[in-house]
Amino acid sequence: MAEHALLTMRGICKYFPGVRALENVDFTLRAGEIHALMGENGAGKSTLIKVLTGVHAKDGGRIELEGRQIAPSSPLEAQKNNISTVYQEVNLCPNLTVAENIFIGREPKKAGRIDWKAINKRASELLRRLNLANIDVTKTLDSYSVAVQQMIAIARAVDIQAKVLILDEPTSSLDENETQRLFEVMRDLKKQGLGIIFVSHFLDQIYEVCDRVTVLRNGELVGEYEIDELPRVELISKMIGKELGDIQNMGKNASAVSDEVLIEAEGLTAFGRIKDFDLTIHKGEVVGFAGLLGSGRTETAELLFGVAKPEKGSIKMHGKEIKLSSPLDAMKHKIAFCPEDRKVQGIIGDLSVRENIIIGLQAKNGMWSHLSMKEQQRIADEYIKMLQIKVSSPEQLIKNLSGGNQQKAIIARWLVTQPDLLILDEPTRGIDIGTKTEIQKMVINLAREKQMSIIFISSEIDEMTRTCTRLAVLRDRKKVAELTGDEINSDRVMAAIAGGV
Amino acid sequence: MKNVKGLKDRLVASRYFSFGITAFLFIVLYVIGMMNYRGFLKPQVFCNLFIDNAALIIATVGITFVLLIGGIDISIGSVVALTCMTSAQLLANTNLGAGVVTVIVLAIGLLFGLVQGWLITEFDMQPFIVTLAGQFFARGLTAIISRETIDITDPTYTAVASARVYIMPKAFISVGVIIAIVTLVVATLVLKYTRFGRNIYALGGSESSAQLMGLPTKSTKIATYMVCGFCSALAGVVYSLIMLSGYPLHAVGMEMDAIASSVIGGTLMSGGVAFVPGTLLGVLIQGIIQTFITFEGTLSAWWTRIIIALLLCVFIVMQAIIVRNRHRITSSDK
Repeated sequence: MAEHALLTMRGICKYFPGVRALENVDFTLRAGEIHALMGENGAGKSTLIKVLTGVHAKDGGRIELEGRQIAPSSPLEAQKNNISTVYQEVNLCPNLTVAENIFIGREPKKAGRIDWKAINKRASELLRRLNLANIDVTKTLDSYSVAVQQMIAIARAVDIQAKVLILDEPTSSLDENETQRLFEVMRDLKKQGLGIIFVSHFLDQIYEVCDRVTVLRNGELVGEYEIDELPRVELISKMIGKELGDIQNMGKNASAVSDEVLIEAEGLTAFGRIKDFDLTIHKGEVVGFAGLLGSGRTETAELLFGVAKPEKGSIKMHGKEIKLSSPLDAMKHKIAFCPEDRKVQGIIGDLSVRENIIIGLQAKNGMWSHLSMKEQQRIADEYIKMLQIKVSSPEQLIKNLSGGNQQKAIIARWLVTQPDLLILDEPTRGIDIGTKTEIQKMVINLAREKQMSIIFISSEIDEMTRTCTRLAVLRDRKKVAELTGDEINSDRVMAAIAGGV
Repeated sequence: MKNVKGLKDRLVASRYFSFGITAFLFIVLYVIGMMNYRGFLKPQVFCNLFIDNAALIIATVGITFVLLIGGIDISIGSVVALTCMTSAQLLANTNLGAGVVTVIVLAIGLLFGLVQGWLITEFDMQPFIVTLAGQFFARGLTAIISRETIDITDPTYTAVASARVYIMPKAFISVGVIIAIVTLVVATLVLKYTRFGRNIYALGGSESSAQLMGLPTKSTKIATYMVCGFCSALAGVVYSLIMLSGYPLHAVGMEMDAIASSVIGGTLMSGGVAFVPGTLLGVLIQGIIQTFITFEGTLSAWWTRIIIALLLCVFIVMQAIIVRNRHRITSSDK
């Protein structure tokens, strides 16, 4: 039964201005299988799904459903072609009843008016079939938890006579029990002959519930594999694009780490972020957070910057326990955080490079402490020189700089506050190799010469092995390994990320 | 759901909680009225609440549709004035009969709603600004037609205006009240039993969700503003039956009274929640306070405004608490 191709996508191409999102991607879904779609950020997973659901129009290739060519141009049309999607965010209406959320748009009618009795009856039957018997379908959707809402979204999708069900990271807001319940439902649907496309960052879940996996990287197809025949390490190397043992270590960071402990985290736990996280950071140390996207890298770093409060656990700094309830608190404790998406969270495009650098100091000192223009220029010049930011003048608007130089300016912004701990989240994403190396060098220098402690987060393993003196490896929102010294090499890191080997 | 939750929580979480509060308040006010003023015992006083506010009831129904989708329409009062003026002008200076004139002004209301709805939907504009423009436009147009009062003297019109429909031996209502009640009933049924009605609720709950669920969001939105435009014109017709004239300053700010009534009746300004019978109570509560002040005789009529202001505050705070409570109840469901 699993050999019958339900949906085939051949040679799919999709271009956005200046970006090649999908190039000649093939994808095959069989009836009665759960098919994982894997890839790191920017691999093209969501673009592929959006092409399939009619959100984006494809620029090339063909899609066939049961041998019939289709070209959905809207979610509604995809639905009519029996392709249903459940998104990460619940896309239902909180003010309507559970039953109505399942049936709206295709309500059964009697004598020209909506037949509420039939709606409620059919909705309860449907939910009972999905083992969700104890839900009162006449209550509004917002009386239930996100997990239940997610199930209701699936119930709606299934009831639209779906043949293809797309689940786009449905588990990211669910806890363990809720996830298991979802999996039961998925297995049931699979038995009924549905083809399910499952997108998730959680490796354990992929291996638990999926039959096949298609891996994408940089908008291209890497391959399709039977999940049982693909060891985890290989799956990861396919996603990241590095073969095992392929990478030699280049000039390692051998900075002298002092014995002085700067920060100590113990048992940090925050729901949906990280569980029981322990970490000690010494002065002058570069600690890397390695792991796949969604493994909890950024989420953990954010805990250390007060973006979210941990539910359990403690953070000690210089031996004293501190409470970080907001980024401002963290800044007062001399912690700095350079976020991942510099366009959104970092730069203020219409201000000059000087202003962008000074703003960090201004935020720390308060709105009222005035810095003379001369002083501002002096500071800006100093850091522009130090980080070799390529500008025509400090008054150049930051939006006109290249990505790498913007990144350096953001780092400068934090450096002027002279932090003890600097957190860099993906500081080298999307910038050219030359600047990448410069930033890596800069990180090493800051640690070595200024005795600054740095948390370095990156998806590129060789970059991590080069710059970090210690690596915390995260998987599925847990720390699974800590590597130091000679243990830091790509093979070990990849094995640790994969786990279970 | 085996929640060991207090009765209070369940009550607050109920969809009809606001309606219950409003109904309770109305009854309490009426009982207080009956205890203090003999007049309140007369059935006609109760009927007068409807007669005096028939136009406002219809306008409130219209604005409730728009508030349900999370929009707003502040052109209502002006459209009422335009309707009165157009009717008066056509009846005075043409040979058209009252029936034809009414059809024409209702069509103008529909068209007005269509244009506003189309602008808001097609260009994704703020409904406040679009309907503010509509407000200025309609009011301006009214004054252009005539800056002086035009009286309506058409015999059919005056006959309908003065008709008394007895519902009890000593209590009568006007034709306007019948129109208002029919509007109310039709609106309630449309919202509950038609796809159009349910799509309005869905749109108010979450527009992006509604779109992803494959609902026709654009046409629903435009149609909603058309409903409001039509209701404004209908309110104008009823208003002209009371005033028997067209005048540029008729019904100034009526949209605000309508919004206040709707909110007191349990409508959430953020959209997605409203119960039309509740909005009727919202109008009647305003009416009852006015009646109080009339009976008292010495109080300034402006006290109505102050009391309504306080009531509005109480109700929006209450709604905020309801929303927060729901959130709490939901999140503790895990």
